Order: sequence, then structure tokens, then C-alpha cells
Amino acid sequence: MTVRGLTVSYAEGRALENIDMRFAKGAMTAIVGPNGAGKSTLLKACLDLVPRSAGDVQVFGADFASMRARVAYVPQRAAVDWDFPARAIDVVLMGLYRETGALGRLTLPLRRRATEALARVGMADFAKRQIGALSGGQQQRVFLARALAQQADLYLLDEPFAGVDAATEAAIVDVLHGLRAEGRSIVAVHHDLATVPAYFDRVLMLNRRVIAEGPVATAFTDATLAATYGTALPHKVPA
Amino acid sequence: MWAALTLQAGYNAALVSLGAAILGLAAGAVGAFLYLRRRALVSDAMAHATLPGIGLAFLAMAALGGDGRFLPGLMLGAALTAGLGLICVQAISHRLSEDAAIGAVLSTFYGAGIVILTVIQSAGIGRPAGLEGVLLGQASAMLASDVLVIACGAAVILAVLWALRRPFAMVAFDAGHATGLGLPVRALDAALLALTLGVVLIGLQVVGLILIVALLITPAATGRLWSNRVGVVALIAGGVGAVAGYIGAALSAAAPDLPTGAVTVLLVFAIFAASVIAAPRGIPARWRHGR
Repeated sequence: MTVRGLTVSYAEGRALENIDMRFAKGAMTAIVGPNGAGKSTLLKACLDLVPRSAGDVQVFGADFASMRARVAYVPQRAAVDWDFPARAIDVVLMGLYRETGALGRLTLPLRRRATEALARVGMADFAKRQIGALSGGQQQRVFLARALAQQADLYLLDEPFAGVDAATEAAIVDVLHGLRAEGRSIVAVHHDLATVPAYFDRVLMLNRRVIAEGPVATAFTDATLAATYGTALPHKVPA
Repeated sequence: MWAALTLQAGYNAALVSLGAAILGLAAGAVGAFLYLRRRALVSDAMAHATLPGIGLAFLAMAALGGDGRFLPGLMLGAALTAGLGLICVQAISHRLSEDAAIGAVLSTFYGAGIVILTVIQSAGIGRPAGLEGVLLGQASAMLASDVLVIACGAAVILAVLWALRRPFAMVAFDAGHATGLGLPVRALDAALLALTLGVVLIGLQVVGLILIVALLITPAATGRLWSNRVGVVALIAGGVGAVAGYIGAALSAAAPDLPTGAVTVLLVFAIFAASVIAAPRGIPARWRHGR
């Protein structure tokens, strides 16, 4: 995915300024930066969820709109009302909408694909559970399963580890590393600096503009951390 | 009264009961999706914004020599100002919050409608007797042709709702993800409001524009108490609306002074109240589960 000259403005001012970057194919990239740095906004602008005031986004060498089918998006868990009347499997089936359409039947192969996606995140036993009765970690896994069912080539995740238990975090990392092993690309907004080197290959340091971008070894340094988060806080690349 | 409930109270009473039941079915089913999309109050603003259109349509038809109470004509006028009210709500909520926009539009349009109706009645234009029935419904005055309009309208509304049930549910649950998949979220929201407008229009004569919101929302809230699945919630809501509409119309036929709309709304509430006590997601059940 390539982003050129991306600028997003809100009523309060610029959220993102002139972002140029390339998310490498087959890599797992973390987007890190302080609160209000525009991390979620960057993902949303790439997906046409918020209006861009300038710039364009290309995915796999073509316009995003024509490549939608190859991109899966996992919003922040807190973005939806989990009291919605749906079971885990119903949410995963929503990921298959492009295959079924409004009128199409949910055929057996499609249902099997949804069940397999749930199994892959360790939620096979919870398929018929009401989503409001799941824990935060389980809800996050259902969200990931919905994206897996899409069988996309690029996965954009907004804070997939926010407020989840350790077991869920490990399970999600396993699934994402499995996707990477299949040659798929992953981009995740990430908060926990301590786990960046262990989970990700590449990093994008963001604070309204791109501070640094590249392999973790070269782009995730004390200097880039200080430049991203400001100098008021102690910034050390975690040992 | 038993005669009315079993359609034995005469042709007209049976007709009215059927019309009210069909309306209740459509209102409940559409209302379920409106409730899940959290647009309940927009429907109330829309319903109140029909009133000036009804008055103006009456004036236009009376000026053209008709008696002014031709139902499809009134519905067309109602649709026009309701659409205008919706545009106002959208425009205002860009700057202020949506609840402020709804409050302002609802009261202003309703006030304008009352002024127009008062002018019509005091000036003795056309034959306005019964025109105020659109406020609270006047089911007993329904003709066979009115029931036909309601039935055809409800059939179209339910067919479109069925066709769009999946995208409607996806947008209600997670509009961001739906947009990412390429669903036309704005168009779907507009379609849902159009279906709601359809329900308001066919409900004018049965329950009236003031109380239609209760028939859209309370059955949906009832359905939610009973089920954790969108489709089932919508079916239960439609069923509750149909039963309440049917019994409400039958009761008001048995005692002609009872207003159909008000009786129907109270019946819907009675079913809701019983569900709060008895349903799996009702209050006692939550206490038992310690939630």
C-alpha cells in the first residue's frame, strides 16, 4: 500500500499533514505515536472512512476502491455497541458480504469459512454466543475472525491489543504471524512500545506527520522515539 | 367486543382491524432496524413534519375543486414536507447535535401544520371535517380503498426491507467496517428513512402522526428483550405491532369513542411491560444473572 501526500483536516485543525509512505508487502508494520498523533485517522483515511483533503492511496498498484476485496479492516473494539443482537458467528458472516450480496444465500461453503475463521482465533466453541456476553478479548478475536473470513491480502487493524487479556494477545499475534507467513501484509496501530520489536518487522513513527519509517532495527530508536513523543518523557528502546 | 376480535362485527370493522394489523406489522419490522441504527427520534421529527404538507395538499386539492380529503394526495403532501424536515435535521445536525436539530424541526413543522389546519377550518375552505384525524388517527373512518393503499404500501415496504436486511444490519452494527467493505452507507441510511416515511404515511389514518413513533419503536424494544438475533428481533417486533394494531382497531370498533391510535399504542406498551418482566433479557432475568 502506497500513500502519497495524504492530508486530513478536522474542524480543529490538521490531523495529518502530507503523509508519504509505503507499507511493505508481506511485512507486519506497527503504527506508533502519542495520543492524537492521527494513527487511527491514517487507517481510516486510507479506507475512505474519513474525507481526505489531499493525497491519494494505492493498494497493490491500483486505486483503493478497485482493490477493496483484498483489504480487511479491523476497527477499534470500542467503536461498536456490543449489545447489538448478534452471535459471534453472525458477526463473522458479515465479513463475507462481498460474496453473498444483499440477497444471496449464505451457502454451506461460506458458513464453513466463517466457522474456520472463528476456529483460527480459538473461538470455535463460542460461535453461538451472544457477542455482548463475550469478554473484551473474545470480542476482539471475533473482530479478527470477521477479517480473516474475508481472506484479504492486506489487513489493517486499529489497536488490536487494546484492553485484551494476555492469552488473547498471544493468540492474535500467532494469527497475524501466520498471515505474514502466508505472504499477507499487516498494518496495526499499536500502543505498547515494549512489544514492538517482538511482534513487528517494520514501524511507522507518526505524530501528525511521518517521523520515521522502516525496519524496526533502524527506524525504532531512542532518537526517533524522542522525536515522535517529544522530549518531556524518558524514551528508550525497550531492551 | 368478542365479535370485533373475530372479525364478526361487520364488514367495516373487519376491514379496519386488518388495515391496522398490516400497518403494525410493517411499522414493527422497519422500526426494529431504525431502533438498532439509533435513529428512533428522527422518525418522530419526520412524522410531525408531515402535518404542514397535509394542510397544504388539502388546500391545493380544494383549490382545484376536489373535496381535499383524497388520501393519496394528502400522503404526497405529507411526504414532501417530511422530506424537507429531514433535510433540515441533517443540515442542522452538521452544526449542532442531532437531538437539538430534531427538537427544533419537530416543533417548528408541527406548529406550522397546526396554523395551516386552523386557517383551513376557520375559513371554511373545502370540507375539512375529519382532517384533524391525521393527528391521532381515525381508523373507524377508513374505506376499503384506504385499506388497499395501506396493504400495498406495507407489501412494498416489507419487500424492500427484506431485500436490504443484511446491509441494514451491518450498517447498524459497524458502519465503519461496512464502509470498508464498500457498502453505500449513506444510501442505505437514506433507504431506511424512506421506508420509515412510508410507514408514517400509511399510518396517518390509522394511528396518526403523533403516535406513530410508538408503533415504530416500542415493538422493536420488545423484540430486543426476547432475542439476540437481528432477524428474530424484527419478526417479533412486526408480530407485536400486528397484534396490537389488530386488537386496538377491534377494541375501538367495539367502543367507537375510543381512538384507535391511542388504544393501539397502549396495547403495544402493555406487551412491552409484560416482556420487561417475562423476557430472557427482562429485568428479573438480569437480576438472576447478577447483571
